[in-house]
Amino acid sequence: MLDVNRRILPGFGLSLGYTLLYMNLLVLIPITVLAVKASQLSWPEFSEAVFNERAIAAYQLTMGASFLAALVNLVIGLLIAWVLVRYRFPGKQIFDALVDLPFALPTAVAGLVYSSLYVKKGWLGQFLVPLGFQGSYSRTAVVLVLIFVSFPFVVRTVQPVIEDLDADVEEAAACLGANRLQTFTRVILPTILSALITGFALAFARAIGEYGSVVFVSGNMPYKTEIAPVLVVSNLEAFQYKQAAAVAVALLVLSFSALLAINVLERWSRRRYV
Amino acid sequence: MSITAKNIVKRFGSFTALDDVTLEVGGGQLVAVLGPSGSGKSTLLRIIAGLELPDSGTVLYHDEEVTDSHVRERNVGFVFQHYALFRHMNVFENIAFGLRVRRWPKDKVEHRVNELIQLVQLEGLGRSLPSQLSGGQRQRVALARALAPSPKVLLLDEPFGALDAKVRTELRQWLRRLHEEIHVTSVFVTHDQEEAFEVADQVVIMNHGKIEQVGEPGEIFEHPANPFVMDFLGDVNVFHGRVEGGRVMLGDLAVDYPDQPHQEGRTAKAFVRSHELEIARSWNGRGSALKAEVVQVNPSRGVVKIRLISADFGLALNVDVAWDRFADLRLSVGDHVYVAPRRVRVFVEDYAI
Repeated sequence: MLDVNRRILPGFGLSLGYTLLYMNLLVLIPITVLAVKASQLSWPEFSEAVFNERAIAAYQLTMGASFLAALVNLVIGLLIAWVLVRYRFPGKQIFDALVDLPFALPTAVAGLVYSSLYVKKGWLGQFLVPLGFQGSYSRTAVVLVLIFVSFPFVVRTVQPVIEDLDADVEEAAACLGANRLQTFTRVILPTILSALITGFALAFARAIGEYGSVVFVSGNMPYKTEIAPVLVVSNLEAFQYKQAAAVAVALLVLSFSALLAINVLERWSRRRYV
Repeated sequence: MSITAKNIVKRFGSFTALDDVTLEVGGGQLVAVLGPSGSGKSTLLRIIAGLELPDSGTVLYHDEEVTDSHVRERNVGFVFQHYALFRHMNVFENIAFGLRVRRWPKDKVEHRVNELIQLVQLEGLGRSLPSQLSGGQRQRVALARALAPSPKVLLLDEPFGALDAKVRTELRQWLRRLHEEIHVTSVFVTHDQEEAFEVADQVVIMNHGKIEQVGEPGEIFEHPANPFVMDFLGDVNVFHGRVEGGRVMLGDLAVDYPDQPHQEGRTAKAFVRSHELEIARSWNGRGSALKAEVVQVNPSRGVVKIRLISADFGLALNVDVAWDRFADLRLSVGDHVYVAPRRVRVFVEDYAI
C-alpha cells in the first residue's frame, strides 16, 4: 500500500478511487443516513423500539428462518450443482437456466404463488394441510419462500468450483482404495468447502433482506410470523420513522455480525491450501 | 506379480486408441512404454490400472483376472503426470490417505508413512502442503502415496513430464535405484526415449494403437524392428534409395547389403545414425562417399553436431563428430567435405499395401 506508484499493474489509484466512491455512494452513505436517523432517538426510546418483545421475536424469526433456508439451499444447491456439472441429460440447459429464475421473478409474485399453493384449498395445500403441514401463513411458509428466493446462490458459487475439480485427483483417491463416499468427504468436500460457505453466506444475506414475498405468505402476525423487515414497514406506516430506522439499524448490525462470522469461517476453510 | 494385458481393444468414438494389443510384464520388472502422443500408451496404462475399461480383451495380475474389478479393489499404485496430490492435505496426510481409507490403526499409519517419507527422502517436510513443494518433491510425495498401501503393481503415467530437464534426469535415476530397492512390478509411460532407455529393463514401443517392438533397451537400439522404431529413436539420417543385387544404391552412395541378393530392384529406406557417419577432408576412392558442404557447427555435450547439405543429392545430413576428431578436421561453415556411412540399416518397403 505504501508504494502505490511503483506497482506494475497500472490504474491502481484510479480503480481504488472508483471503488471507494461507489462503496460510499451506494452503501456507506445510505447506511450512515439510516444511523443518523436512528440516533435522533434518545437511548430509552431507541431501546424501546429495538428491544421490545415484538421486535425480538421478529429478529429471531428473520435470522432463524433465513439460516434454515440457507442451510436447505446448501444441501440442495450442492446436489443440483453436482448434477448439472457431472451428468449429461436431455433438457440440461433448460434446467440450468431455470436455476436463475428466482432472481428474475418479482418476489411478490413468488409470495402470491406460494401462498395460494399451500392454503387449505390450494393445489398442494389440499393434501398437505390435512397432514398437519401448514405451508401458508405460518413460520414454515416463511422458510419455504426464503428457500425459493435465495436458491440460486449456492448453485452458482459451487458450480464453477466443481467444474474445476481435477479428474485425476478423484482417480488418485480411487486407486488408493477410497470408495465414492470417502472420496467425496475427504477429497472433494474440503476442496469446495470455501465456495459452499460463500454460497451459504450469500443465500443467508439475501434471505434476511427479503420482504416482498414474505408479506404475502406469512400473514404477518406479530410475535408469530412477523419478520423484521415487515416490522420496519409497519413502523413506517405508523409514521414512526425514527423507530423504523432503529429497527433497521439493529437488523443491520445482526446481519453484519452474522456475515462477518461466516466470512471468518470461509477464510479458515481456505487457509489450509494457500 | 506379473501383469498380462491380452488382446486389448479400446475405441473412443471412431478413433481406435488400442488395436488388439497384447503385453506381458514379468514380475518385479520395470517396463517403459514409449511412443509418440496419441499412440495409445496412456490408455493402455489406464486400462491396466482399471481407470478405463477395454472394449474387449482381458487384464490379468499374475493369473488372476481383474478385467471387471474396480480400480479400488485392484490395489495398484498410480502416479499421475500432474501429481494429483490432495492440496488441502499436508505431505503426511497425502501419504497416509490410502492407509486411512483402509482403516489402519493410527500407530501403524504413522510408522508406515514415516518409513515412506524416508524412502522418498522428504524428511522434515511431513507438515508441508503440496503448494509449498517443488515439482520434483511433489512427484516424490505422489510416489510415496502410491506405494504406501504396498500395491501389487506400480503404474506411472508420464511421471516426469511436467518437470524441468535437470530434475527429470535426477528423478529418473532415483526411480531406477528405488525400483532396485523395492522391486515392485512397475510400468511407466513416457514419450522421452532417453528416459525409457535409461530407466527400464524392458522397453515397449507403441505407435497408432499397436506395439511396434518389445525388448531390452540395448536390443532395441541395436536391432530396431522397423523404420518407425528406427526413426522414433531419433538422431538418424534417412536416405531413400533402391536395393538390388546385394547392394543399396543411395544416389552416389552404394553400400553392400547382402540381405537382399535378388536382382529385381526394390525401393528402400536406409537409416544412418548421426554418429555412424564419417566425415573426411579428402576421399581416397575406397568405397563410395558423398560430397557435402558444412552449413552449421554446434558444439554439444560429448560431441560436435555438424549439419551438412549434399547439393547433388538434395539432402540435409546431421553428423556427430567426437571432439578430438573435430579438432583434427578443423571444420568450419562453408567447407566442402566427404561423408560416408560406417553402418547402414536398410528397410525394404513393404508391398503389402
